[in-house]
Amino acid sequence: MSEPINIPTMAEFAAKGEAPEVLFWVGCMGAFDDRARKITKAFVRILNAAKVKFAVLGQEESCTGDPARRAGNEFLFQMQALQNVTTLNGYGVKRIVTACPHCFNTLKNEYPALGGSYEVLHHTQFINALIKEGRIKIEGGSFAGKRITFHDPCYLGRGNGEYEAPREVLLKLDAALVEMKRSKQNGFCCGAGGAQMFKEAEPGDKEVNIERSEEALAASPDIIAAGCPFCNTMLTDGVKHFNKEGEVVVKDVAELIAEAGDL
Amino acid sequence: MMERILFALLLVGATVLFSRNILRITRNIKLGKDVDRTDRKGERWSLMTRVALGQSKMVVRPVAGILHVIVYAGFVIINIEVLEILIDGLFGTHRVLSFMGGLYDFLIGSFEWLALGVWVACAIFLVRRNIIKLKRLAMKELDGWPKTDANLILITEIFLMTAFLVMNAADYKLMERGEVEMHGAFPISAELFRWLFYSWENSTLHFVERVCWWAHIIGILAFLNYLVVSKHLHILLAFPNVWYSKLAPKTEMTNMPRITGEVRSMMDPSVQPPVPVARTIAGMDMTERFGAKDVFDLSWKSLMDAYSCTECGRCTSECPANLTGKLLSPRKIMMDTRDRVAEVGKVIDAKGKWEDDGKSLHSRVSEEELWACTTCNACTQACPVNIDPVEIILEMRRYLVMEESRTRPALTTMFNNVENNGAAWAFGPDRRMEWAEEMNR
Repeated sequence: MSEPINIPTMAEFAAKGEAPEVLFWVGCMGAFDDRARKITKAFVRILNAAKVKFAVLGQEESCTGDPARRAGNEFLFQMQALQNVTTLNGYGVKRIVTACPHCFNTLKNEYPALGGSYEVLHHTQFINALIKEGRIKIEGGSFAGKRITFHDPCYLGRGNGEYEAPREVLLKLDAALVEMKRSKQNGFCCGAGGAQMFKEAEPGDKEVNIERSEEALAASPDIIAAGCPFCNTMLTDGVKHFNKEGEVVVKDVAELIAEAGDL
Repeated sequence: MMERILFALLLVGATVLFSRNILRITRNIKLGKDVDRTDRKGERWSLMTRVALGQSKMVVRPVAGILHVIVYAGFVIINIEVLEILIDGLFGTHRVLSFMGGLYDFLIGSFEWLALGVWVACAIFLVRRNIIKLKRLAMKELDGWPKTDANLILITEIFLMTAFLVMNAADYKLMERGEVEMHGAFPISAELFRWLFYSWENSTLHFVERVCWWAHIIGILAFLNYLVVSKHLHILLAFPNVWYSKLAPKTEMTNMPRITGEVRSMMDPSVQPPVPVARTIAGMDMTERFGAKDVFDLSWKSLMDAYSCTECGRCTSECPANLTGKLLSPRKIMMDTRDRVAEVGKVIDAKGKWEDDGKSLHSRVSEEELWACTTCNACTQACPVNIDPVEIILEMRRYLVMEESRTRPALTTMFNNVENNGAAWAFGPDRRMEWAEEMNR
């Protein structure tokens, strides 16, 4: 690691009377989960390389309330949401980017009813824009010719109609983008949504992530690309279940871009 | 003359009965909570044109889709023929629209092709259900009435098309013999019974023609009234149901303003907490609940969804929970909702108002089903008429958690973590920037 990367908080910006270009909403998984932290760091490296004036909320960030709401606890969701809206509005936040499709969906679609209206972007949309604007240059490098299959996160794809941004970004890697049998509108869930991440699956004859990982492996990829820290965990576990972790890696789109750009 | 009077009575009777049933279903749908789905009208019309009229989501599965388009086109277009039958029946005319000449020949000719198409499509549907037993068409939740219902519909359609073609065949033979003036073109029926009818007397052919004419129209009127107790109601409700679709992003959950008010008053004591809204439904006062215990707590659109469902099972065949052996089937959620709202409706019919029967939607849908949903929206994507089972599931979860404190133990832990740490895991805010420290270590 060469230069230390400055990761300023909104509070620091506010103290200087300045505002960042965008707020990076890290999300609980991105902040606390060992695997997801790597995605957070990769995305920060991209932001840094593109000279994006960004900030994080740091300790002031709190769960968006998504899992509580999906699990039926509307009170808890609204307590979280109203608290976050107060924080965000207090800093006059206009633009938010996040690497978690669940945070993305909640911030973008569900906060407006509670007084919090922002332009919210998924990190794959943000990276795609950075590439298009020429703020970062990506060459395939080590990924050239590799087979990559993208797993659509439900909350990004079906939920919010974004199928192309992550694929456009992946195409910059000069890799062969292969589709799974069920993709885009018909994408198959990883099994974590709707608060399933936090509980045991109900009785059945198979785990959802095993079913999906099997399908991903059937596309014979070198890399399974994810755009959600939850999907990432579920698919990583699934690949391990089939003892394929030596041959197939599960990586977030941001990690692939950061690696390709040697960021 | 007797024939005409009989026909008029039959027609009036069937129409009155049908109107009463439609009013009853409308009343049942209105048992649901109010929700505004009249915004963005232009988008709604175009959605209805594409999805309902244009069957765009049906053809995602080409075999069932194309066969369905044939049956659908048959249903819509052959209704022009029904118009003629109505006029003939009421005024004692025979093929009253034949004055259209060449156009009439073209119409009757196309009806015949469509009738044959419908016949064949329905036969294939019967085979898929009963002989091939396609998984989604032979699941446990269809045992009993739903299976019978499906077969009855298909058999009735085959019966109606047969009556139509045999009627034409007999009529055509009489036309050939100069007994009846020649009108129309009969590409199918002219060939169909040529050798059989060749030797039949004129009077027998007249009789066959009349029997089939009556069978066709009585069949149609009976079918019209059968719709209201059947999954086949989708032929009418598909259109409004798509028009009133959720236009918001699929994963957006509806806000609960009363809870916003409660939380705001908790955060700021000067804000008055909201007063629960009382509603009078079917003569019974009900205070507002959190989430859905029963059909009254769902939106009227969820109830319309339930009445629009034709139990095709495309939702269930895409559901990750169902495909991995869990109890949840989005189709069953819709069937249960419909059965429950029909049950509530019967109580209201019998007693003149709603009286608690000690049951609820939760008597039909188990917690295990509700907790299996990943909210992935594969079901809402798959539904050809934009039914939304996820909304019902999430409203029922809200009831379980907020009114009954019933949840899965691990979810209680998650709730506690969110409440105490502002994260779904047991990590405090002081650790939120550890990743940044790691980066520059």
